Amino acid sequence: MEEMEHIREMFIDESLDLLQEMESALNQLKAAPENAEMLNLVFRAAHTIKGSAGLFGDDGYDAIVSFTHTVENVLAQVRSGERACDDDLILTLLDCRDHIESLIEQLNIDDASSSQELVQQGQGLLVQLAGSTVLPPLEQDTEDNTTLVQGVSGRVAVNAYWHISLRFGENVLRNGMDPLSFLRYLSSLGDIVELVSLFSLPGSTIMDPESCYLGLELQLDSDADQATLMSVFEFVADECQIYIIPPHSDLHEYVLLINDLDQESSELGSVLVRCGALTQDELAHVLDPPQPLNQLVLPVAEPKLLDSELSASNIPDNEPDLSSQAIAPKNISANVPEHKRQESRSLRVDAHKLDQLINLVGELVIAGANTSLLAKQNGDPELVESSAAVSLLVEEIRGLSLHLRMIPIDETFKRFHRVVREISRDLDKDIRLKIEGGETELDKGVVEKISDPLMHLVRNAIDHGIEAKEDRIGKGKPAAGTITLRAYYDSGSIVIEVCDDGGGIDPAKVRTKAIESELISAEHTLSEKEILRLILEAGLTTKTTVSDLSGRGVGMDVVKRNIEALQGSIEVESEVGEGSLLRLRLPLTLSIIDGFAVGVGASSYVIPLDAVIECIEYNEQHSKNGNYVNLRGEILPFINLRQQFKESHIDVKQRNIVVVQSGEQKAGFVVDQLQGELQTVIKPLSKIFSHLSGISGSTILGSGEVAMILDVPALIREAETRRSPCHVGCEEVVP
Amino acid sequence: MDITITQEQAGSECKLSLSGEMSIYTAAELKPRLLAYLRDAQLLSMDLSEVSELDTAGLQLLWLCQQDAAITGKTFAITGTSAAVMESITLLRLEAAFGMQPV
Repeated sequence: MEEMEHIREMFIDESLDLLQEMESALNQLKAAPENAEMLNLVFRAAHTIKGSAGLFGDDGYDAIVSFTHTVENVLAQVRSGERACDDDLILTLLDCRDHIESLIEQLNIDDASSSQELVQQGQGLLVQLAGSTVLPPLEQDTEDNTTLVQGVSGRVAVNAYWHISLRFGENVLRNGMDPLSFLRYLSSLGDIVELVSLFSLPGSTIMDPESCYLGLELQLDSDADQATLMSVFEFVADECQIYIIPPHSDLHEYVLLINDLDQESSELGSVLVRCGALTQDELAHVLDPPQPLNQLVLPVAEPKLLDSELSASNIPDNEPDLSSQAIAPKNISANVPEHKRQESRSLRVDAHKLDQLINLVGELVIAGANTSLLAKQNGDPELVESSAAVSLLVEEIRGLSLHLRMIPIDETFKRFHRVVREISRDLDKDIRLKIEGGETELDKGVVEKISDPLMHLVRNAIDHGIEAKEDRIGKGKPAAGTITLRAYYDSGSIVIEVCDDGGGIDPAKVRTKAIESELISAEHTLSEKEILRLILEAGLTTKTTVSDLSGRGVGMDVVKRNIEALQGSIEVESEVGEGSLLRLRLPLTLSIIDGFAVGVGASSYVIPLDAVIECIEYNEQHSKNGNYVNLRGEILPFINLRQQFKESHIDVKQRNIVVVQSGEQKAGFVVDQLQGELQTVIKPLSKIFSHLSGISGSTILGSGEVAMILDVPALIREAETRRSPCHVGCEEVVP
Repeated sequence: MDITITQEQAGSECKLSLSGEMSIYTAAELKPRLLAYLRDAQLLSMDLSEVSELDTAGLQLLWLCQQDAAITGKTFAITGTSAAVMESITLLRLEAAFGMQPV
């Protein structure tokens, strides 16, 4: 039972992945309906889901199989040109995709009422799919000529049998399958009236005895439908070229077949005639149709044709010296779209294993640092050099292994297309989603955790940000609002922006509400920036109507908490009438950082290196001015870490100020010693220490000593606050 | 999953008897051996009546021998078949290609 559970999970996982691919492909099709590659992707995704679902014998799965089956048929028609791929169809297909997703998610729930709803939804979609175009029936009744279809070429083949063209992939035998068994199975579905075997063997030296070079052209007399016949080849569908042409098909089907197959058209044509698929006259029409044929694919290897009339002596005359031809095995993969091939170069890896690996690398970093330190102390030059070499390697491994966990944020961003589409439909607003910087990569763990906060921000933008169509037009804005999701790197962090060109946030309204909700007092004067930050507090909403989505005032503070839990920060920018921008800053990695160690009192502290800008000398004069320095014309507030963390006083010849930056803000930390750069693993603090402000974690130095990692943004805020007028006079003067 | 080849030389005719499986499992082993026999003989005949299994890989090898013989101007013939061999050959309608009468 457990195994069943595991297989079920795998099916759901993989199907959901495929559905995402389908969505993205359908979106691309919307923009470019002629993109055959995308269409193929959608088809394959549907086909694979159907095939896998069919392996289970359950009711819930049957629903998936039958629905996907119909979708697949429609896609097949689009592929063969029988049906136009217009906007309406694509929108319906997107809805169908959503439905399939719901059906799959339904497998985890066992709710009778929701499944009834789903059934109805499915029926509705099937009706939509049928559309207004006449669908050629897929169960071909060969005796009933009135069901023949006027297809693209307008001429229908006389062929009363199914024509099946197969070119098996070169790995079929290696993968444990045999074309012969497919043929035996096929014979159980009907009568193989004619069959021509085609071997495309290269020269004997090159021929790989374990590769498959077989192709088949056959005529099948069968009552089965297309789907059943296609399902015969399910297990090899991915690596083979399979064409199943129903009886009395439009000749255009054969045009496509000849174009697609890697074989000289006249040769293939004569095979088709020989096995009865086409009459000589039809062949002429197919080879020389009124419309121009597409570019023919150059043959890779001269196939051997079987012909009882061909005597053995003919063969040397017709063919070139095969052993001298540089022949690559049948290039079936040419049919697979580029990015799908690239996808098969990646592996599914258990995230847990990856975490274990990264943990080990972390330990390696610490152990390596220890070794380096000891080597330096020892002084032996060879040892020092060797230890340096090890450190270099460890650093590389560190970089690579962390990179393993990085995925492009595009995957998350793309999901928002659907959210925007649905919600704007519900609210009757016209909203476009723009994505910039989708290729920006970040840690998988972070990606998963920002998904929800981002969702909330996007919903806010749709709900509160973008105004209704009439309002926008009244203001002279385009009727369609734009929400932009942007991601980029900035000094060791990844920045994600959610911005909209809506009405903006009105500071006056926020202030009023804040006073009402008793977040601030009426006398409190706040800068506009500070007022905007108030929206991140709980209990605050300026929306007069509360909708399902947002406006209850409990969302933004949760977002803020989630982001801060990731060691990140949020900034709010807005302009009334123009729009708003929410900027999330997140560290690039949660586990290993480059740090700058400083000594304060008897302890060491580590500052994330990305935050460090420079170091300047500190002297007594500085504190006399009230804890800020003039840094080349800029006011730099600073805090004394010894005071901050209540460390003991030690005498040092020269103290320093480490200038740090987080986002737009800079501050200085006064420290006793500069101890240098290091790589270090962040060990999170346990709950006991969660109240410590200014500390974001701990680490173990090469010496074995524990050092605290500073929470730079928090300390900068501290420095800023200290500097403001209401705190002057409450400070200790640094001795 | 074994294949054994017995060879009998009669003048320029090389008579081979194969016994066992001609399949994906033995194909890699068989190919160089068969080609070597073909290289050294003017006429190569194969008795497959003791072949217990002939799958696509096996059929491809037979095809290869036939093709290679044709290129190099030699003769290749199948002189005996087992039921399994005939079944496979018939399935792919290769009787004529291998110079046999359809069953």
